[in-house]
Amino acid sequence: MKSFTYERPNSPAEAAAAVSRNPNAKFIAGGTNLLDLMKLQIETPTHLVDVNGLGLDKIEATPEGGLRVGALVRNTDLAADARVRKDYAVLSRALLAGASGQLRNKATTAGNLLQRTRCPYFYDTAQACNKRQPGSGCSALDGVSRQLAVIGASEACIATHPGDMAVAMRVLDAAVETVDAKGTKRKIPMAEFHRLPGDRPEVDTTLAPGELITAVTLPKPLGGAHIYRKVRDRASYAYALVSVAAVVQPDGSGRAAFGGVAHKPWRVEAAEGEMARGAKAVTAQAFAGAKPTHDNAYKLTLAERTLSAALNEARA
Amino acid sequence: MKFDTPAGQNPIDQLKVVGKATDRIDGKFKTTGTAPYAYERHDVVANQAYGYVLGAGIAKGRIRAIDTAAAKASPGVVAIVTTLDMPALGLGRMNAANLFGGPQVQHYHQAIAVVVAETFEQARAAAFLVKVDYAREAGQFDLAAVASSAKPVPGDSGEGSGGGGEDRTGDFEGAFASAPVKFDETYTTPDESHAMMEPHATIAAWEGDKLTLWTSNQMIAWTKGSIAKILDIPEASIRVDSPYIGGGFGGKLFVRSDAVVAALAAKVAGRPVKVALTRPLVANNTTHRPATIQRIRIGATADGTITAIAHESTSGNLPKGKPETAVDQTKLLYAGANRLTAMKLAHLDLPEGNSMRAPGEAPGLMALEIAMDEMAEKLGMDPVAFRVRNDTQVDPGHPERPFSHRNLVGCLKLGAETFNWSARNPKPGQVRDGRWLVGIGMAAGFRNNLLMKSGARVRLGRDGLVTVETDMTDIGTGSYTIIAQTAAEMMGVGLDKVVVRLGDSSYPVSAGSGGQFGANNSTAGVYAACVQLREAVAQRLGFNSADAVFADGQVRSGNRTETLAKAASDGELVAEDSIEYGDLAKKQQQSTFAGHFVEVGVDVDTAEIRVRRMLAVCAAGRILNPKSARSQVIGGMTMGVGGALMEELAVDTKRGFFVNHDLAGYEVPVHADIPHQEVIFLDEVDPQSSPMKAKGVGELGICGVGAAVANAIYNATGVRVRSYPITLDKLLGQMPDAA
Repeated sequence: MKSFTYERPNSPAEAAAAVSRNPNAKFIAGGTNLLDLMKLQIETPTHLVDVNGLGLDKIEATPEGGLRVGALVRNTDLAADARVRKDYAVLSRALLAGASGQLRNKATTAGNLLQRTRCPYFYDTAQACNKRQPGSGCSALDGVSRQLAVIGASEACIATHPGDMAVAMRVLDAAVETVDAKGTKRKIPMAEFHRLPGDRPEVDTTLAPGELITAVTLPKPLGGAHIYRKVRDRASYAYALVSVAAVVQPDGSGRAAFGGVAHKPWRVEAAEGEMARGAKAVTAQAFAGAKPTHDNAYKLTLAERTLSAALNEARA
Repeated sequence: MKFDTPAGQNPIDQLKVVGKATDRIDGKFKTTGTAPYAYERHDVVANQAYGYVLGAGIAKGRIRAIDTAAAKASPGVVAIVTTLDMPALGLGRMNAANLFGGPQVQHYHQAIAVVVAETFEQARAAAFLVKVDYAREAGQFDLAAVASSAKPVPGDSGEGSGGGGEDRTGDFEGAFASAPVKFDETYTTPDESHAMMEPHATIAAWEGDKLTLWTSNQMIAWTKGSIAKILDIPEASIRVDSPYIGGGFGGKLFVRSDAVVAALAAKVAGRPVKVALTRPLVANNTTHRPATIQRIRIGATADGTITAIAHESTSGNLPKGKPETAVDQTKLLYAGANRLTAMKLAHLDLPEGNSMRAPGEAPGLMALEIAMDEMAEKLGMDPVAFRVRNDTQVDPGHPERPFSHRNLVGCLKLGAETFNWSARNPKPGQVRDGRWLVGIGMAAGFRNNLLMKSGARVRLGRDGLVTVETDMTDIGTGSYTIIAQTAAEMMGVGLDKVVVRLGDSSYPVSAGSGGQFGANNSTAGVYAACVQLREAVAQRLGFNSADAVFADGQVRSGNRTETLAKAASDGELVAEDSIEYGDLAKKQQQSTFAGHFVEVGVDVDTAEIRVRRMLAVCAAGRILNPKSARSQVIGGMTMGVGGALMEELAVDTKRGFFVNHDLAGYEVPVHADIPHQEVIFLDEVDPQSSPMKAKGVGELGICGVGAAVANAIYNATGVRVRSYPITLDKLLGQMPDAA
């Protein structure tokens, strides 16, 4: 860990201004990912701006009939919120499928969206990784890639977004609210929040430098059956090989997003028109153009079968 | 005490304390944070500085230069020692790669520098400023690719299994060719990491020429000898202290770089230095269980009698490393007149392969016991019945050698009955419980019992307290407790009157902890010392020692009774002795046996595998403490599940290192993976083993479990996977169509 300075601003706009001023500054909330990465010098901020005290920890109803989840709402609290459990169960289930009780107590809504990949080459500073060190190359492309992306990857990076929460938020059409240094607010749809790696894999999201997440809004409830199915090598405390967030309506229509397969939560709205015809039809379209490696080709089969399991569960 | 005739009746047979389920006496210290581990020995020496070990960033090559200028200027830095400061240091016991010194990089994350600073954070930050100029060299990193170049090599795990490059009995090829039923398959097991909770850690301090190491190591005397050799100093100048150890699993049998660089750094810094290896270094800097490729051939008559059996294993290692002894159990587990076992070793430039959690038998049985399941199916026999049919009461390669005590059949039969084996549907893929395909599998467990000299000193104080001192270690196994039970039984006192001191090289040399040899041998050493102490007590009290009865804190003979403490009223009595073994283990084969039974569910859609219940029935001589022995076996069963389903050091065969070098990437079972586990010990003693009549039991818990899981998966799905770990991607392509 490199030495760093630390400040606690008084407002979200002040926080955004503080980070905007210094290209080596970062926001810190729960710190469950950032501090680990700093110890390994994968992240090397010289200044931390603590956003914990900014009052962004409320869950409120929106005039549109949805919910506005403050950026600092802890994963445990969000998963346990009665409104979330009732109307957005897929989100509650996704949260509880992630990390451990201790980590969820600390981890925040915004921080969860910003967690970095778990690609093992990103974690080893002796190895080439374009995401960690732009231009150094990608060791994972011809290395160990069983956990890595099967679609939307590039020649520069095959990392995945490792989270669960964002997959559920994607299927719910959530939006990310932000503020910048000038106090300007904007709303970024989840579909546009995480990027594909392309030739800039070091950039995970469409946030501008210094732009601070203040909340995530959930549209009015969708109804239907909410399923989050996470498939992994052990029963708990592991990243998804493949996960499926699905909301299925009684008439068989529905939505589905996939985790563990791409640099972002993977959802192809056009493929959802096939939902009533079953999982195979949906995944054939959702994963058209997939380019798996030898190690991770199984994820295509697994995605189809996991969606199938989720649809069965929804209809049961 | 020389143990060269089978044990007769002795004071241990009273079983007033020994054999009783007893809480671990160190348990309260562990659970209240008052059992300090090596890195936490803040009080043992003042002015400790922090060392951070830098591992090589290449797998093979040479270091041209190391630039430490920026690191030296970094805040708080006290000293930096680099591998270029000295020639390659000598190898310690069983080391295949040099732990420090010289420009050659033999494997990834080999220690190349240690940065010492006032705080851990300063040392770590400075270590990132060290710039290393490497000349990379090509290496061999892919076992499958080099397997054809492997040569037959004899080997010994140092833990009771070993053999020649090729060992034969009868005419395997002829018998196999003419066998009415033949089976021939190949299995693979991956590299695995010990992944113990406490990483390797040492505090080193010099006082003149005297070196003290507060460390975390399973084998105190080996450590002392190895450090003397590596640093070229007399053994008499070294003290090693390791009273609490947060898991070893074989990874702390031999001295590792933490101890060496701590000693070097403390010398240069001129003050005590503490070093803990980071988690990635545990995977790539230290040792691991080597991957294997195992071919098994079995020939049998139609009634299931084995006539020919062959087990050949190929593993890889650094040039000075040894083969994984995965074939050894196949010499002893089943009958059959014609036998072949062979070990081949290929050169790999991966980190050093060495002992881990029942080396040899654990990976060997993962293959053999699937093969037995497959052969049973081919024969149309029940897997339990097939094993019972081929039981042997003698060493099949040396029929003049009987087993000292063997009740494998008892384990299998009681296990089958307890697990309701008869309700199993032998046709795979038939049982469904909701979304789960359910299957049941079993395997035999086998692990040799090893006899090793072990010493202890016993003191009787004026206060009547009995104090045991031995360099035996407690790596979380329960050594403190069984040693206390032994001394209490021998001296006729309660556990509250016994103090046990372990892990200090100033105490008599014990067997140490490894190869499941610790419990029987270390307690037998304490028994021997207590026999001497009883003699001294009897003499002091004027009793004939043969008649004296030690019970309830008193010594009785005839009509006279004295308190035990009275014997020490004129001063402490001290006795010391070792147990040493004759040739009983040569005349008779000493082994331990188990029946492992497992039920799994496999998700019909996703092929996720979850264990539902497990049973181990163990035959391992006298069980000294049924509570800690049960914990040991449960731990072994859990490791068996890990090996079956998830544990694998993923090799980057291009860059030559284990990629998943942290506990997020190297998965071991979590609580949610561990279902109902039951352990049953057969009530038996083995008088050939020691005066304790006990045998090893800890590693028996892992031996065979992986195959029992694999066989249950086959029974659930009809998909046979011969490559561990059995992850869902290996099943998916053959699973029934998703509904």
